[in-house]
Amino acid sequence: MRRKVIFGNKLLPYLLLAPQLIVTAIFFFWPAAEAIRYSFLRQDAFGISVMFVGLENFQDLFADERYLQVVWNTIWFSFWVTVLSMGVALLLAVLADRHIRGRDTYRTLLIWPYAIAPAIAAVLYIFLFHPSLGLLGRALNGFGVPWDYRLNGDQAMLVVILAAAWKQVSYNFLFFLAGLQSIPKSVLEAAAIDGASPSRRFWTVIFPLLSPTTFFLLVINITSAVFDTFGIIDALTGGGPGNATQTMIYRAYVDGRVNLDLGSSAAQSVVLMIAVMALTLVQFRFIERRVHY
Amino acid sequence: MSQAQPAIAAPVPLAAEAPRRRRFLGADLTTHVILLLGVVLFALPIWIVLMGSTHDAATIGRGEVPLLPGSEGWNNYATAWSEGNTRRASVPVSTMMFNSAVMALLITVGKLAISITSAYAVAFFSFPGRMLCFWAIFITLMLPVEVRIFPTFQVVSDLGMVNTYQGLIIPLIASATATLLFRQFFLTIPDELVEAAKMDGAGPMRFFKDIVLPLSATNIAALFVILFVYGWNQYLWPLLVTTSTDVETIVIGIVKMLGAEADTEWNIVMATTVLALLPPVAVVILMQRWFVKGLTETEK
Repeated sequence: MRRKVIFGNKLLPYLLLAPQLIVTAIFFFWPAAEAIRYSFLRQDAFGISVMFVGLENFQDLFADERYLQVVWNTIWFSFWVTVLSMGVALLLAVLADRHIRGRDTYRTLLIWPYAIAPAIAAVLYIFLFHPSLGLLGRALNGFGVPWDYRLNGDQAMLVVILAAAWKQVSYNFLFFLAGLQSIPKSVLEAAAIDGASPSRRFWTVIFPLLSPTTFFLLVINITSAVFDTFGIIDALTGGGPGNATQTMIYRAYVDGRVNLDLGSSAAQSVVLMIAVMALTLVQFRFIERRVHY
Repeated sequence: MSQAQPAIAAPVPLAAEAPRRRRFLGADLTTHVILLLGVVLFALPIWIVLMGSTHDAATIGRGEVPLLPGSEGWNNYATAWSEGNTRRASVPVSTMMFNSAVMALLITVGKLAISITSAYAVAFFSFPGRMLCFWAIFITLMLPVEVRIFPTFQVVSDLGMVNTYQGLIIPLIASATATLLFRQFFLTIPDELVEAAKMDGAGPMRFFKDIVLPLSATNIAALFVILFVYGWNQYLWPLLVTTSTDVETIVIGIVKMLGAEADTEWNIVMATTVLALLPPVAVVILMQRWFVKGLTETEK
C-alpha cells in the first residue's frame, strides 16, 4: 500500500532515513555477517592464527551432548512458560471481561508486572523460593520436602519457569482482553438466547473467535521465552546447577564472553538466527492470513 | 496490522440472563475470588520485598520473611541510595538509578526520533531504493541482540565504545517495531490533507512539524511507555558492554549485589529492588490508557 500524494524532494528522504540505516548497518548487519563468517572459522588456542573449517563448528555443536541438552532445556522451558502464562492469562481475561464491579481496578492490578525486568523478577523469586530466606522455600522445607533449587536441577528449572511465566502473564492478559472485547456482543447474545451454557458459549463461540489472538500470542511467547529470559536465568540460577537451566542464549553468551570460544559461539548465533527467522516467518504468514480473515 | 480498532460494545446485559439473577450473583462471587487470587499472585512477591526492605539484615538473614512493616525502612533506603552495598565496595543506588534513567530515556527518545523520521521518508516520499530501505529496517526484527551477542560486542569494542553511554545506547536505538507502527499510522493520513498543505505552500518539513507530529501524539505516548520499559529493563546488553561501575545500571547492580550469598545484605537488596522497579511500574500505571492501546495495536 502506498500514498498517491507525495513530496518530490530527492535528497531529503535519504537524510531522514540515514540515522536509522546507519545504526542498522553498523550494529545489526555487520555483526550478523561477522557471526556467519566466524561460524566457519576456528582460532587456535592462543588466538594467533585463524583457519577456515567449513561446517565443523556446526558438526561439533550438534555432536556435543551438552549442547543437545541445552537445546532440550530451551524447548522444555519455552513450552511450559508459554502454556502456563497463556492459560492463566486467558482465565483472568475471561473473568475480567465480565461486567462486574471494579473491572478497571482489576485490570490495572493485573497489568503492571509487564513493567518488571526479567532480572528483577528473578530477584523477587529468590525471596519466594530461596530454601532458607524465601517464604515458600522455607515452608516447603518445613513440610519435609527437601527443597533447594541451587542444588536440584529439576527444582531450578521449575523456579525459572515460574518466574518467566509470572512475568509474561500480564502481556498475554492484555491481548486476550483486547481480543475478547472485539468479539461482537450480538454473537454472544445469540448464543445465550439459544440456551447455550456459559462454558458451552466459551468453547464453541468465544474460544474459536479468539484463535487469531491465541496463535499470535503463541508465537510471541515462544520467541520471548527463548530470547528474552537471559536475565531471569542469569540472576536466579546462572544456568546451574550443572547446566540444568542453561538455554541456548545463555550458552552462546557463556561460550562467547566467558570461554572465548568464538567459532562455537558464532555457530550458535547462526542457529539462533535461523530459529528467529523461522518464528518471524510463521508469525507474518499468519498475520497475512488474518487480514483476509 | 491495518485493521480498524475494534469497537468496544456497550455493556448491554444479556436478555436471557435476567431471570437467573441469583445464579449470576454466585458466578460474580467466583469471578471476584479468582481475580483477587490473580492480583495476590502478582502482588505477593512485591509485598515481600517491600516489607523486607523495612527490616534489618539479621531478620531477613534468619529467614523470618516479615510480612508486616518494620522500623528500619528509612535507614535501609538511605543506605542503599547513598552507599549501595556497604560490605563490598559498590556503587550507590542513586548513581545506578541515574545511569538507568539516562539509558532508558535516551534509548526511548532515540528510537522515537529515528523511527518517526524514517517512517515519514518511507510513507511520504518516492525515491529509488525506497522498498530496499524499508526491508532493511524490517529485517532487523529477525536480528535481536541476543542472537549476535559476541560479534556486536566486537564491533562496539572496535569503535572504542565499551563502558560508555554511547556504547550502551546507540546499538539499541534502531527500531523496526516503532518504524512499522509510525508508517502504518502515516498511511491513514488522508491524501487531501497532504494536498491542502502542499497547495498552501508547506514544504515536507513544515508538514511534518505542523501536521504529522501533532497527529502522532497518541502513538508517541504509547510507544514512550513500551520503549521506556524496554530501555530500563535491559540486562544482557549492559552486562556485555559495561565492566566499569561508572555506567552500571540498576538492573545489573542488583544482580551483582546478590553475588556471594553469605555476603549479601538482603535488606539493602530488597530496598534496591523496590527502587529499581518503581520508575517503569509508575510509567505503565500512570500512562496506562495509551500503553494498553499502543501495545495491542503495535504488535499485531
